[in-house]
Amino acid sequence: MQITVTVNGAERTVEVEPRLLLVHLLRDHLGLTGTHWGCDTSNCGTCVVWFDGTPVKSCTVLAAMADGHEVRTVEDLATADGLDPIQQAFSDHHGLQCGFCTPGMLMTGRWLLDRNPDPSEQEIREAISGQVCRCTGYQNIVRSVRAAAELSQVKGARA
Amino acid sequence: MQVPAQFEYARATSVAHAIDLLRRHGPESRLVAGGHSLIPMMKLRIANPETLIDINDLAELTRIGLDSGLLRIGALVRHAELLDSAVVGEHFAIFRDAERVIADPIVRNWGTVGGSLCQADPSEDLSAAFSAVRAIAVIQGADGERTVPVREFHTGPYQTVVGAAEILTELRVPIRPGGGSAYTKVERRAGDWAVAAAGAVLWLDGNTVSDVGIGLTAVGAAHFAAEEAEDFLRGRPATEESFAAAGRIAAAHCNPVADQRGPVDYKRHLAGELTTRALRRAAARAAGAAVETEGA
Ligand SMILES: Cc1cc2nc3c(=O)[nH]c(=O)nc-3n(C[C@H](O)[C@H](O)[C@H](O)COP(=O)(O)OP(=O)(O)OC[C@H]3O[C@@H](n4cnc5c(N)ncnc54)[C@H](O)[C@@H]3O)c2cc1C
Ligand code: FES
Ligand code: FES
Repeated sequence: MQITVTVNGAERTVEVEPRLLLVHLLRDHLGLTGTHWGCDTSNCGTCVVWFDGTPVKSCTVLAAMADGHEVRTVEDLATADGLDPIQQAFSDHHGLQCGFCTPGMLMTGRWLLDRNPDPSEQEIREAISGQVCRCTGYQNIVRSVRAAAELSQVKGARA
Repeated sequence: MQVPAQFEYARATSVAHAIDLLRRHGPESRLVAGGHSLIPMMKLRIANPETLIDINDLAELTRIGLDSGLLRIGALVRHAELLDSAVVGEHFAIFRDAERVIADPIVRNWGTVGGSLCQADPSEDLSAAFSAVRAIAVIQGADGERTVPVREFHTGPYQTVVGAAEILTELRVPIRPGGGSAYTKVERRAGDWAVAAAGAVLWLDGNTVSDVGIGLTAVGAAHFAAEEAEDFLRGRPATEESFAAAGRIAAAHCNPVADQRGPVDYKRHLAGELTTRALRRAAARAAGAAVETEGA
């Protein structure tokens, strides 16, 4: 079947099998390998992308379901002006070790901050509770999201 | 890497269209809502539908509203929407409590209320919550609409009364003043399925329990309910002793099985203890106390 999905702002028309998972559409058909795939049980969350502005586990959504919809992946976070504050904060605060869980953590973290610019540590932990870091670097992930909140506030105050 | 077997895909544009597609594609076709139960089962090849009928465009099923004494919840309402709904939280804190501990925030963004009930997993949380509040399920087929009490909705593990060419459209919960409700769950880790969980709704007349509903999940309770404990409590004082006794009755009448989440006696113990806790919290809320939803 033919589907047309708006991925990171650009319309992409692709011929796919109905059984293709969204994560594989992104990685294998569109070459967007920033989104990772890490389990078969919908538990790890490294595949999180935004679907019409809401984070979903793209390994548990069919590519066909995205026909006519908008998907945003980790590749869309950085702009010509540089890294998104959430990326900058992960870089500054050692929010990644091997980096495997990072795309999902970044997409969930960005969404949390858009809805709640000043989250508590508990709120951050809750937001990422469906995502696994096999390096168990949770402490620094939480610290990074917190730092991103502060970075954004400083930037907002300057603007 | 696990992927589903091949199937055909069709997108429904209305409830009537979904029913028509189910009829045309026959018994090997399945509806897909959030797909967060069905797609994992298809990856494992436990489910192998020939056709998937996607109902995610059916905006008519996404509403939450109050209507002549009923709280109406569309089948396509996402877990996250039920959790965030002010009107749901105001009338039935049991749903807010339950949704805080169903799966994780990302799964909750996509999984639906209707999919949860129709999946009929014996450990499903919402089945117990809707059973506790004695909700009514609205089911539509080619010949029109019928209603079924949630306590008659499940016919066994992974089985419901929804026919091959029917669709669950809505859950209706009767609203009565003077009530309070709560849900409490024990899981092995954040986001996991219940080892056991209990929900309760309770109406007080002074300090007497005038009516009560108790839902249980993951412990093999018939209809996800603890009817013997409900019968015991009705007309009794809303005291610690009553709630403890009701818990013991609920524990005695459920039928848990041993699995990786725990042995039978532990689950039975939890069924009793969680029933008592849910009743205690529901009673406090019915009496007007502000009782916080427990964290995940
Ligand atoms: C990692 C993970 C953890 C989870 N943890 C929990 C948990 O702790 N507690 C819990 O209760 N659940 C849990 N779930 C299940 C989750 O709540 C699912 O979202 C839910 O069970 C199914 O909803 P869905 O919309 O995804 O249904 P789908 O997967 O789309 O459908 C499930 C079944 O229902 C049928 N169906 C769907 N909608 C309708 C309808 N309107 N009419 C008729 N039939 C319909 C489908 O044909 C299918 O057979 C978890 C899921 C995951 C992936
Ligand atoms: S790959 Fe999606 S949750 Fe693990
Ligand atoms: S940084 Fe290695 S999995 Fe999280």
